[in-house]
Amino acid sequence: MNKMLLIIFGMAIVTYIPRMLPLVFLKSNDKNKFLKRFLKLIPFTALSALIFPGIINSTGNPFSAIIGGSVAVVLAYFNINLVFVIIASISSVVLFNIF
Amino acid sequence: MKLLKDILKGINKGAPIGIGYIPIGISFGLIAKSFDIPGEIVVLMSLIVYAGASQFIAVSLIHEGVTVIEIVITTFIVNLRHFLMTASLSEKIKNKYNKFWLALIAFGVTDETFALISMTEKEKLNKGLILGINLIAYISWSGSTFLGLILSSSLPEAIRNGMGISLYAMFIALLIPNIKTNKTLMKITVISLLFSSLLFYIPFLGNNISSGFRIIIVIIISSLIGAYMFEEEVDNIE
Repeated sequence: MNKMLLIIFGMAIVTYIPRMLPLVFLKSNDKNKFLKRFLKLIPFTALSALIFPGIINSTGNPFSAIIGGSVAVVLAYFNINLVFVIIASISSVVLFNIF
Repeated sequence: MKLLKDILKGINKGAPIGIGYIPIGISFGLIAKSFDIPGEIVVLMSLIVYAGASQFIAVSLIHEGVTVIEIVITTFIVNLRHFLMTASLSEKIKNKYNKFWLALIAFGVTDETFALISMTEKEKLNKGLILGINLIAYISWSGSTFLGLILSSSLPEAIRNGMGISLYAMFIALLIPNIKTNKTLMKITVISLLFSSLLFYIPFLGNNISSGFRIIIVIIISSLIGAYMFEEEVDNIE
């Protein structure tokens, strides 16, 4: 029990610190344009890395995952509301897995 | 009053994340229970560690009897990507709030809340909205962990598999509208996707690096390439 508490508190600390340090302590870096560009691109590169290849194994079947992903791509391209994109993507996976 | 209103807006905006976390949280609770880890420990982990993938890894390592220090180091590596994410986020919100609020916001940063917050237009972002998004995600994660502990079996497989794609669909829905009108961002996205699949599918390499570490490498390399190749274009992105 004590070992598990130690593990959890250790995990909490090493998880929180990297989350907190940049937000609380990173100074404004208007001078370093390169760093600014680098940080600006992170949302896009991070999303790409999060989507692929993780999506392939998200539904228990790579084919249904590709279908669900494609549905999301097409609908998102036409600026359909986020919630509808998600619902349509889930529905297409469920339908694919049934048939 | 304004703050409360903004928080409610954030809860509304973050609802897709909250719903997406439910099947994952339930699975986590169920798996942890099957490993005979005490329920209060499992819930406490979701409440104070609050980091999906690393919690799954941790409970299986606890089950295997791995030492405390190894589990903590593994967790650190898996979650280090959040350092890059909050560094990017700080560019966007740094000067607006004091350190207390930033420290509180930081606790709620996950892959999903980061994605949603950083794809929200700067003018629409405010403290309450961010806190609301973080809050609904946090409550959902902890609540569904608890649900997993008290449920005797998982959600039906068809529903679980279908919902498995929900957070990815959200990532896609956040990314595509922002890149489709911008050739530079499209190129950078293609570069990142290529790197990500390369790292995953290269024989011997792909199986040996954790997904957390792969994400870090992809973010750093492709953001560096983008910042180097497209100077003016990136400066103009708002």
